[in-house]
Amino acid sequence: MSKNIINAIYGDDEVVLNAAKKLRSAGVTIREIFSPYPIHGIEAVLGVKKTRLATCAFLYGITGTLLGTLMMWYMMINDWPTIVGGKPNWKYFYNMPAFIPITFECTVFCAAHGMALTFLLRSWILPGVSPKNPDPRTTDDKFCVQVEAEPAQVDSVIAKLKESGAEEVKVQS
Amino acid sequence: MQKEAAIRQPLILGDNVTCKKISDDIIKPIEGKAPRSWYIAFSIAAVMFLWGIGCLAYTVGVGIGTWGSNNGVDWAWDITNFVWWIGIGHAGTLISAVLLLFRQKWRMAINRSAEAMTIFAVMCAAIFVVLHTGRPWLDYWLFPLPNAFGSLWPNFNSPLLWDVFAVSTYFTVSLVFWYIGLIPDFAMIRDRMVKPGMKKFYKILSFGWSGRVKDWNRFEEVSLVLAGLSTPLVFSVHSIVSMDFATSILPGWHTTIFPPYFVAGAIFSGFAMVQTLLLIMRKVFRLEHYITIKHIEYMNIVIIVTGSMVGVAYLSELFISWYSGVEYEAYAFLNRATGPYMIAYYAMMTCNVISPQLFWFKKIRTNLHLTFILSIVVNIGMWFERFVIIVPTLCRTFIPSTWNMYSPTFVDVGIFIGTIGMFFTFFLLFARFFPVIAQAELKTILKSSSEQAHKQSTSGGHH
Repeated sequence: MSKNIINAIYGDDEVVLNAAKKLRSAGVTIREIFSPYPIHGIEAVLGVKKTRLATCAFLYGITGTLLGTLMMWYMMINDWPTIVGGKPNWKYFYNMPAFIPITFECTVFCAAHGMALTFLLRSWILPGVSPKNPDPRTTDDKFCVQVEAEPAQVDSVIAKLKESGAEEVKVQS
Repeated sequence: MQKEAAIRQPLILGDNVTCKKISDDIIKPIEGKAPRSWYIAFSIAAVMFLWGIGCLAYTVGVGIGTWGSNNGVDWAWDITNFVWWIGIGHAGTLISAVLLLFRQKWRMAINRSAEAMTIFAVMCAAIFVVLHTGRPWLDYWLFPLPNAFGSLWPNFNSPLLWDVFAVSTYFTVSLVFWYIGLIPDFAMIRDRMVKPGMKKFYKILSFGWSGRVKDWNRFEEVSLVLAGLSTPLVFSVHSIVSMDFATSILPGWHTTIFPPYFVAGAIFSGFAMVQTLLLIMRKVFRLEHYITIKHIEYMNIVIIVTGSMVGVAYLSELFISWYSGVEYEAYAFLNRATGPYMIAYYAMMTCNVISPQLFWFKKIRTNLHLTFILSIVVNIGMWFERFVIIVPTLCRTFIPSTWNMYSPTFVDVGIFIGTIGMFFTFFLLFARFFPVIAQAELKTILKSSSEQAHKQSTSGGHH
């Protein structure tokens, strides 16, 4: 049996935060909340886990460090060692100070782009993707709480939404 | 809900500002017709840009012999302009990254246009480095590619190659940072836009953003981490640019003060350029409620701080050139101050050391006309700084037989004018079609840092 989806529109972020708390404790399943700007504290209420993107960035950064080092070691030490300006190039370590800037740039390059790409792919925010927000006003000044309800409970859920401060409630067809 | 002391000056002025009004104000220039002044400015910028493209094509076709650079002075306007533009770019990253890490809320009204400025300025800078190699079609040799001309690789000991990596990393990372910030704002425009063609355009630009909880969660994390990565990046870029000079053995260039001095100078000139652009933009697009006098004043304070650092650097350079006892070093600075290019030296000293000190007076730093004039003066001064570092040094090196004078040709001037034209062409297009204020961020401080919120909290009303 398919569940009904109900969209409730709110006008204020604090009302949404309190409503989400109430709805959760009343046993209503919140599918999603669409907001024009981040509502701080809502993740804890909905039980959304902390994002691990920062860890990703760290791992990408380490990868960048290693790739940059490997590249410079291969090109300057292994494949065609050259001595420029008397800087010793027979071991990577001896000439490391000269390689620090590019090591750093490679780290930042990989960390930043790796993390940004991971974000776009994980959230599936890409050119050509259709927006999912049910009401166009949710990118402007309204907040939409999307809940699920069994057909039999639709009316009671609507009542709960209205009670929690929703300005409009619509059952999604 | 976060509360703020009422004595703190509000960042959003006006009594009945709502989220909807912020959206309205930001979408107005995009939806409506551009004012006549926009078309006039755009035409002038585009003509300058085209003139620059002409001079650029002439350079590529004939060679850099068309420039005033010669055997003694082999770096001149090209590198002066490169360093000038890349320095201007630094303010954008500083505003969006460093001020984000320091939780400075006044950043929110200005970061978007400052970042746009960064991107366009780095593009202008790139034109000069691409051209100054002489045969720009072979510039891919700068990248570490395996080649068919022998087993040679680029020289990783060279600061010029560090520059290739630093500038390209800086450009791409700034672009990503800027674009990710733009996505929610494009989504707002997409959802508000009535014209079907434009709606489609913004639908593609907004990448299907819908503002879900997890998206915002990740978005904020990405912004924070990108800010953390961009902060050392921005310092590294101009430090590496300064090492192009500092790792050489020329008197006047071979100094350890260069990296911090260049970074301070970059932020100094960048903030001046932000002032120039924002003072016009807030007026034309009627954004005075969001980019307030307080914002202008904060930026002027940054200009005093960085301008004073630059002044201290100039004076310590002078002192050390005498105190070191190295006659070549002493001569290099004597030549700057009394030699054939002394006019540039005094222009630099006046514009960069004296003029920003005027901002100590509150009357001056909150006066929009004076701020506008001084911001242009500072940028002229910073251009002369790079000129003074490069040309007078190269025209009087160790061997007197290589001493040479330099004067720019019309091609040098033309390409520089062209980059100014390109910068303003792109910036005007940005102001016309892109959200010029990070509205999603601005809406988050509406309840804490706006004038109406302060009034409510002082009158003891509920929040």
